[in-house]
Amino acid sequence: MSIRVGNAADAPPFPQAAPALLDDAQLRKNVRHATDVITRKRALVVGEQKDWQALRSSASAIKAHTLRYLDDYLVQFEKACTAAGGRVHWAADADEANRIIVGLVRQYGGREVIKVKTMTSDEIGLNKALEAEGIHPHETDLADMIIQLGKDQPSHIVVPALHKNRQQVREIFMRTMGLKELGDRPEDLTAAARQYLREKFLRVKIGVSGANFLIAETGGVCVVESEGNGRMCLTLPDVLITVAGIEKVIPRFRDLEVFLQLLPRSATGERMNPYNSLWTGVKLGEGPQEFHVVLLDNGRTGILADAEGRQTLHCIRCGACLNTCPVYRQTGGHAYGSIYAGPIGAILTPQLFDMEHAESLPYASSLCGACYEVCPVKINIPEVLIHLRGRAVRERQSDASEEAVAMKTMAQIFADRRSFEAAQRLGRLGQWPFVRDGWIRRLPGMLGNWTAVRDLQPLPKQTFRSWWREREHKREKERRDA
Amino acid sequence: MPEAGNAAREAILRRIRKANAEADAGAIAYAEIERGYQQAAELNATMLVELFMERLREYDAQVHEAETTNVTEMFANVLTANGMKGALVAQGFPRQWLPKGFAWNAEASADTSAMNRAAGAVVVCEVAIAHTGSIVVKGSRRLTLLPDRLLCVVREEQIVETVPEAFARLEASAKDALTLISGPSATADIEMTRIRGVHGPRFLDVVIVRS
Repeated sequence: MSIRVGNAADAPPFPQAAPALLDDAQLRKNVRHATDVITRKRALVVGEQKDWQALRSSASAIKAHTLRYLDDYLVQFEKACTAAGGRVHWAADADEANRIIVGLVRQYGGREVIKVKTMTSDEIGLNKALEAEGIHPHETDLADMIIQLGKDQPSHIVVPALHKNRQQVREIFMRTMGLKELGDRPEDLTAAARQYLREKFLRVKIGVSGANFLIAETGGVCVVESEGNGRMCLTLPDVLITVAGIEKVIPRFRDLEVFLQLLPRSATGERMNPYNSLWTGVKLGEGPQEFHVVLLDNGRTGILADAEGRQTLHCIRCGACLNTCPVYRQTGGHAYGSIYAGPIGAILTPQLFDMEHAESLPYASSLCGACYEVCPVKINIPEVLIHLRGRAVRERQSDASEEAVAMKTMAQIFADRRSFEAAQRLGRLGQWPFVRDGWIRRLPGMLGNWTAVRDLQPLPKQTFRSWWREREHKREKERRDA
Repeated sequence: MPEAGNAAREAILRRIRKANAEADAGAIAYAEIERGYQQAAELNATMLVELFMERLREYDAQVHEAETTNVTEMFANVLTANGMKGALVAQGFPRQWLPKGFAWNAEASADTSAMNRAAGAVVVCEVAIAHTGSIVVKGSRRLTLLPDRLLCVVREEQIVETVPEAFARLEASAKDALTLISGPSATADIEMTRIRGVHGPRFLDVVIVRS
């Protein structure tokens, strides 16, 4: 089995990728503007929703329940979808999913497909797999189009091109659509996209989509979007192929009442996004007459086996944690080297790889907790980040390394009061050459790694324990004297 | 189904069972999932319609109020005001509401390219949600998408306050094709500036019929 998450396996570690992006003033300006706007809008519509915390708790409980019985729910979905005229395929990894989809497109004789925004297809590298077989995928979401035509990488889960401003988009559109004139107002650019795509919507016979929710009870699928490009791809073609991670299943139709309140408010700061499409299998004379669902594992079952990490699979891909993250807001998405950027990307990407790649990502966080606070399904991202840092260290480190020996020694010292206090006394004696104006700013050797990024306060003259002991002695003495 | 597909299916299901055993996930019954969020309505009938109209307007939808006695008149006004000479009519739309003097063509008679050329479409909804300013349309997925102007008739008794109320009403249609529509199609992909009308209808007119 080979897990793929876009190009993340070959991406440089976060600390190597970030500096160049931090130097890109235009990119930082674009990212800051976009995240500021969404964060502000989100705060308004979340603030007015009085039962927000109750919705979050229910969503989290539904997801935890679903994961616990994921095998049953997937089988139930398969049965219901098949009964409604759909075909369900299972893919253990990215290559298998691509093989299935490419095979279906060839079987139907397609040379082109129209695509609704799907992160899952970016995860498995579907476009590349299609192109390798001479099949042209047309991205139809405005931002995805900007990325595809500009040969760029997505930098955000919901707004993949937020790192580009209007002038940059205008340049890409003029060059790739062969336009002689084009304004740079968002209205002009949107109109150009509408004109460019309308003909493709009406002509191309095969659509490819992701799914926001798979409903086990009915075998139905729900896709959430704004522009209407999704609806074009879901309803006009003769054939529809939907690729979805296995964690996208929810038990019942009515569970949508929870998620459809949380997702739009979290993702785009809207009370409801313009369009939600729900369909079940095939309806004679209405919509695609051939419908396939590809259920994708690609590392998800590995995450499920980790008691602390499995809450990562609650994610509904709203992007709220990206917008609020002080690290993402500085670097943008490309520093993460994965199509899943930001805090959720920092825990999802390395776990999909079972920590074999992207192991620097759990460190790309200040652990401030803002991501947990905004998460609509209550994923405790800081907790998982720390857990993954632990895993990364354990799996990377040999027992003989300098750090491992130091830590082991320290553990022994810390386990015993006498040796701990002796070490404190030694430390107080040993630190004086390094103290300047009440601060330690530079330490030698391995300890220098710490002072390279933060100053240290010297050990105080007296510890709390010795102060307490003295105080108790004094009281005892006073009592005796009295 | 091909052999390989079956192999993947069995492998994935086996891994899920093993993972759940390893992670020692306790039992969590579906019925025990807490649902402390608002489900029932709190507003009175007048406030409910007011809220629905306010939310629609915030999405840049055009809102019109009518009585059962003057729906046709209202329709004629909306069409005339927008220079329309007719529209496509969704299956199941009450014919008595359509004013005379306009060209009304049935949904079933129009293919995709005819829909693409049509100036407008008139539909009814299954249920409308005041809290989010949404209308839910059953079927008619191409009709509510391709023409540039969508006119939807909402009867007052179809408006509910909360999303859970709407899903309770939709339970019987759970397997039908449903579209939740909240305002005209829109995007904010370029510099987070909301632009109305990308691929779906650029204009949404909602006619609320008071009972």
